[in-house]
Amino acid sequence: MNFDPILIVNACASGLLLGAFYAMAAAGLSVSFGLLDIVNIAHPALMVAAAFVVAALTEATALDPLLASLIIAPLFALFGAGLYRVYHFFFESRGEGSIRGLAFFFGLMFLIEVSLLVLWGADQQFAEARYSSGVFSIGKVDFPLRMLVPAICALAVFAALSAFLKMTFVGRAISAVAQDREALRLMGIDPVRIKTIAFALSVGLAALAGGALIVIQPVDSSSAQIFVGRLFAIVIMGGLGSLPGTLIAGLLFGVIEDLTATLLGPSWSPAIAFGLLLGFLALRPRGLFGAPA
Amino acid sequence: MTALLLQAENIGKRFGGFVALDGVSLSVAPGERVGLIGPNGSGKSTFVNCVSGALTRHDGAIAFAGHNLAGLAPHRRARLGLARTFQLPRAFASLTVLENVEVPFRFLDAKGGPTPGRSQDQLERVGLKDKARLMPRDLTQVDLRRLELARALACRPKLLIADEAMAGLSNAEVDDILALLFRANADGVAVVMIEHIMRAVTTFAERLVVLVAGRKLADGPTPEVLRMKHVETAYLGE
Amino acid sequence: MNGATGFAFWRNGLALALGALIATALALRAVHNDYAFYLGYIVFQYAALAIAWNILGGYAGFVNFGAGAFFAAGAYTTVALNKALALPLPLCVLAGGFTGAALGLIMGSLTLRLRGVYFAISTLSLSVVLQTLVVNWTYVGGSSGAYIVRPKAIPLFASYTEFLCLLMFAIAATAALVAAAIERSSIGMGLAAIRDDETAAAAVGVPTLRLKVLAATTSGAIMGMAGAPLPFYNSYLNPDSAFAIGYTVNAMAMPLVGGTQTWLGPVIGAALLGSIQQLAVAFISSSASLVLIGLVFMGFVALAPQGLIGLLRSSRATRVSR
Repeated sequence: MNFDPILIVNACASGLLLGAFYAMAAAGLSVSFGLLDIVNIAHPALMVAAAFVVAALTEATALDPLLASLIIAPLFALFGAGLYRVYHFFFESRGEGSIRGLAFFFGLMFLIEVSLLVLWGADQQFAEARYSSGVFSIGKVDFPLRMLVPAICALAVFAALSAFLKMTFVGRAISAVAQDREALRLMGIDPVRIKTIAFALSVGLAALAGGALIVIQPVDSSSAQIFVGRLFAIVIMGGLGSLPGTLIAGLLFGVIEDLTATLLGPSWSPAIAFGLLLGFLALRPRGLFGAPA
Repeated sequence: MTALLLQAENIGKRFGGFVALDGVSLSVAPGERVGLIGPNGSGKSTFVNCVSGALTRHDGAIAFAGHNLAGLAPHRRARLGLARTFQLPRAFASLTVLENVEVPFRFLDAKGGPTPGRSQDQLERVGLKDKARLMPRDLTQVDLRRLELARALACRPKLLIADEAMAGLSNAEVDDILALLFRANADGVAVVMIEHIMRAVTTFAERLVVLVAGRKLADGPTPEVLRMKHVETAYLGE
Repeated sequence: MNGATGFAFWRNGLALALGALIATALALRAVHNDYAFYLGYIVFQYAALAIAWNILGGYAGFVNFGAGAFFAAGAYTTVALNKALALPLPLCVLAGGFTGAALGLIMGSLTLRLRGVYFAISTLSLSVVLQTLVVNWTYVGGSSGAYIVRPKAIPLFASYTEFLCLLMFAIAATAALVAAAIERSSIGMGLAAIRDDETAAAAVGVPTLRLKVLAATTSGAIMGMAGAPLPFYNSYLNPDSAFAIGYTVNAMAMPLVGGTQTWLGPVIGAALLGSIQQLAVAFISSSASLVLIGLVFMGFVALAPQGLIGLLRSSRATRVSR
């Protein structure tokens, strides 16, 4: 174990940056799982797929990866809308237990992984941004720009999402559909339409996260598997349906993971996610900020 | 004086900020017929869930047949002789009617003999003799209620909590279910009947307990409680 | 617990299994091609895996997204024991079963108190966590893997591959016997009750947690046994191949396609999907076979969750008697 204070402070710093990214990656899941009660296991896979597309786009056009993700996000959102309609038709409208829906999304995650394997092969993908090699330092604490810039964008996206959910009509309808579908229907709003928009939004967020992801670190076709544990741990930790909870949980998670990696070695990261997930599910399923059962 | 079968003391339960039960105490003597009434949302089902073990975290203490129920899982309470039916019948959809009744026999009294035979007898007693090989989805509403009761009674309970066993049934069907409950009571089973159908409750219950907004408003012999002014206003309005 | 699983059941079952083993051996030998044994091994392996998964997934209704972890645990038990004690394979299989059982017991005790959805979510990370532990365990080769030396010859069998194939048949037969025993017994009835309505099951005396953990332990044990011979089959094992996501998906897809109510469904699913995948691997590519299985899986989840047996049943509109 290495107790050098500079190392630890740096680990916390990069942990916070990573955590901000994790929070944005989990934000989409917070919308679909927390607000819509749809357990989209394929959310990380969609993020990874977006990362692959961004990498290819960046390579072809020298566009900034984060900008590229902004461009492809609407396309992913459209796919998300279609995906929700399929899900709704086969599972939701038939009142099926969530387990079958889970299996459906697991199948999708698997399909995305092997499709990426077929299309791109087993090699890792990475995207270089203009600032990727830069570092912003405050004294002895380093903030690598390839992590800092995505982190700032992530926080911006988070703020925009919160504003959208609180201040726009559609946003408030999305928050409302989580609590009372019937009331929504009585107001003349079609719950299915609202849920389609919300789910499309969650997939669009996954695409934005994909762009950030590929700037921060390389990915390969199987990367989604490790993110599934992370993102679900964060969403449960933060409390289903609580966006501020997801943000705090993401930051906390990033710091814990980075500290553990620094002190005990990077191989323990998946175990951290698993442990936190199990711990919260067993002891405090509503997470840090969720509504009590 | 015989020992009380069920003694629930000061049961409290909150869901977040909402207080579902506030200091409700209820006791039941062996073989008694108790009616539990109250408006919708008054906490009756929450109370049943606390007693049956579906809800384990609540204030207050529950003793049954001399045992403290704190922390005891629902299947252990069933083993002690506490049975309940559900508001909406919850039959096991992939098992036949006969197999539905076999489940409690197999898990609570495996040594009592071959279960299909005992289950068939149980079905006969509730009038489902000819429907043993059917699936629950093929049953009518009233037959589902019969199955629900048959399954609960197969637990050989000392106390049966019948949660709105007659809701949505016709007059004749209500009488059928009522007869089953009387018969169970005649066999020595104490029954707590939760109902909105007043004529059923007043016919059946020796004692009446009234719950309003999570609190017990009245608890006494049925004719007395029915005459109480504040019960009338609380339940039926001004 | 009473039920139709007395002495007669086991005697008849074992006799049937032995007969089937001999018949299979003769049939495969008649093909005069070692590939028949390779293919047989794969199909029997999937059959065991699928039957095992179905004990918790189909009978009890608790979906495990981490079947690959149990499978790999069995494979790595063989590697470790072979290196440490030069243990012969049949004993490694038993040890692999023990490892899988332990994993199922621990995991189950921790997570089976949760609702089905949360249990399923908790199993998502299982494979990754175990894989990370193995990658860092240099004794079994870490990320570079470990080599296993096959015995040159083995008495009674024409080749080592034949031995592996029939050993896997024996494992699959054991799986089928155990599953059939569960189906006929009170345990099976209790699991069905849990699957249909866990709250009602508990209310009528079913010890829900105990039965679920039993199912998870049994399921884990058989999956571990199914994975144990793998290092000998390939003469090599590394984390990527042991933890390949294909095992997890197949463990779920095969019962789903074949039918989840009895042990026959996973067997049908294994025979069908196993053969189709091998054809795809041979004629297209291994990644293409994975795409295929993914599509089939999603298709059946959406359109025919009762599987082929279920479709047959509803079209005949009769009930298979228990």
